[in-house]
Amino acid sequence: MWDYTDKVKDYFFNPKNAGVLAEANAIGEVGAIACGDALKLMLSVDPESEIIREAKFQTFGCGSAIASSSALTEIIIGKTLDDALKITNQDIADFLGGLPPEKMHCSVMGYEALQSAVANYRGEVWKDDHEEGELVCKCFGVDAGLIERAIKMNKLTTVEQVTDYTKAGGGCLTCFDKLEEILARTNAELVAEGVLAEHDAYRVGAADPKKIKEKAQAAKERESLTQISPLAPASPLPPLSAGLTNLQKIRLIEETIEELRPYLRKDGGDCELVDVEGSNVLVKLAGACVGCQMSSVTISGIQERLMAKLGFPVRVVPVGRNAH
Amino acid sequence: MKPVYLDNNATTRVDPQVVAAMLPYFTEQFGNPSSIHSFGASVGAAVKTARSRLQALLGAAHDHEIIYTSGGTEADNTAILSALEAMPERNEIVTSKVEHPAVLSLCQHLEKIGRAKAHYIGVDALGRIDIEAYRAALSDKVAVVSLMWANNETGTIFPIEGLADLAKQHGALFHTDAVQAVGKAPISLKDSAIDMLSLSGHKLHAPKGIGALYVKRGARFKPLLRGGHQERGRRAGTENTPGVIGLGKAAELAVAHMAEEQTRVKALRDRLEGGLLQRIPNCFVNGDLNDRLPNTCNIAFEYVEGEGILLHLTRAGIAASSGSACTSGSLEPSHVLRAMNIPFTAAHGSIRFSLSRDNDDEDVDRVLEVMPGILEKLRALSPFWAGDDKSGKEFKPVYA
Repeated sequence: MWDYTDKVKDYFFNPKNAGVLAEANAIGEVGAIACGDALKLMLSVDPESEIIREAKFQTFGCGSAIASSSALTEIIIGKTLDDALKITNQDIADFLGGLPPEKMHCSVMGYEALQSAVANYRGEVWKDDHEEGELVCKCFGVDAGLIERAIKMNKLTTVEQVTDYTKAGGGCLTCFDKLEEILARTNAELVAEGVLAEHDAYRVGAADPKKIKEKAQAAKERESLTQISPLAPASPLPPLSAGLTNLQKIRLIEETIEELRPYLRKDGGDCELVDVEGSNVLVKLAGACVGCQMSSVTISGIQERLMAKLGFPVRVVPVGRNAH
Repeated sequence: MKPVYLDNNATTRVDPQVVAAMLPYFTEQFGNPSSIHSFGASVGAAVKTARSRLQALLGAAHDHEIIYTSGGTEADNTAILSALEAMPERNEIVTSKVEHPAVLSLCQHLEKIGRAKAHYIGVDALGRIDIEAYRAALSDKVAVVSLMWANNETGTIFPIEGLADLAKQHGALFHTDAVQAVGKAPISLKDSAIDMLSLSGHKLHAPKGIGALYVKRGARFKPLLRGGHQERGRRAGTENTPGVIGLGKAAELAVAHMAEEQTRVKALRDRLEGGLLQRIPNCFVNGDLNDRLPNTCNIAFEYVEGEGILLHLTRAGIAASSGSACTSGSLEPSHVLRAMNIPFTAAHGSIRFSLSRDNDDEDVDRVLEVMPGILEKLRALSPFWAGDDKSGKEFKPVYA
């Protein structure tokens, strides 16, 4: 399990401002259930002062996603919209005493939801609508705008960091080239602005290409595993005993057990057919067979005999007195 | 409060009787079983006894068909690499999409280095193997088939004996990763077409670091580790004698407890599963209800994320595991649930409870007591839950 700070745990177990805000006049929604996390942020903004009077959230996601959402509401309540917009995802992470690097995208989700809610209040269209930004990571629905903002706000300089903060590239990684290009371009902008040293900036191809290829290859292999051949979910497998009806099967099984019974009785034991479930033959062992350490040998003997007689594989399963 | 451990498919508690059996082999019976003197000879005899106990557990024809390994992963790797080396005229592997990484990662690696071509057979929504695709993949180019006996995440059992018969028709070697099945499901190898079987000690109340590979007498075999003559030259390296003795004792106990796994443990699992399905709306079981390990229960809870459930369970002193993305460090849910095409709405909220003979009614009661509250709390937070009939009276699963 992740190494969460006490504050993350506290905000997860006792989230503040969770639930629906009926009188909300600003709503921001980001993420999707398929991506594994989603956040709906609801604000009640005073129209005169533009102060956030109340904020509530609903989050589908892991512990840090819920904690980040709750932290966000705590940070912004009482602030004006303009002040709230100055908050970065790092402020959310700091409020919680830090997040594991792989979970930074939870704080970014909070930041994005806030931007979206304010845009909603002001009647603008939040840039996160994918019509405006190019959709870069198709696995997690991350667009270029979000990636650029995350890079700038957090001064990210590697592709791995971009994935940690935005989830982009966390799936098939076929977007690697695009991520690299955005990272290099945005880093160059940061250098021009004088907030990033030139030797820290990412250049296209700076990451070991062999390592990247391996990573992308591994991701592709994983992907190929998920391409499953369509199978009707409800179609039952062809029964292994195509030739026999259930009744014939049960009769044959009973006959076989009857034949074996004298041998079992000789050792003071006994065996009784309880039920047949598919290819499982449920039997009850009695007498000396119960608790006998050799009972599995007996069972495998019965199983072997049944398979020979029936001509298809069955599994003999011992059941107790109270079962069935 | 007594902690409730329901993650026995991950690992089990070592049985105190196993520990007691092992202890003398650290300080008193410390000899090397290969040595000729009395220190070695008595240990050698004990190693042989342990082997015959494993033979009984697996229903094998001969005790020398058991090769001790460091665990399930070594056994899996040995089996597949051995088959490729022993059948130089064939270079294909047939396996499934839901195998353990010990098999999957190896197959992917062998493909990458151009050593073999692998067929990954799919499964249906219940985790049952696609028999037609399996038949189609078999040919005289296939060196080895490697399919798991029972799935670690869902407990779904493959019809292994029948699948082995089919492989034999094409002259391929048949290996099964039975790490989850051994000790929980009856196994009889003597008259089966199974050539190799992997098992792991720590899944059946023996310690970690010991396992075994069954190789049928007469099956072609090439060792992975070369060096000494231990295990008849099939696995070099001085035996982990305390581990071997522990595994032997665990095998003896597993035989004695087999009926209990199928009755008492199964009844506990069924009560846990039934109780959860009854108390919590919008959830369903992942796996094949008709052919499943008696101890495993994997339930998908819609509209919530698994890590949140696990955090709450951990706080309540209950250990379970999740197929969700967030718990693993990966951003996607488990490969098994994805291969089963479980929708994302539910795959993210899938929790596995795996029981053992160490569990009792009190453990089940504790889970049944806390789970409804946890789900209610997390669903109240979920933006996708609002609007649904929370009473569950008009329960319409999004997926079933």
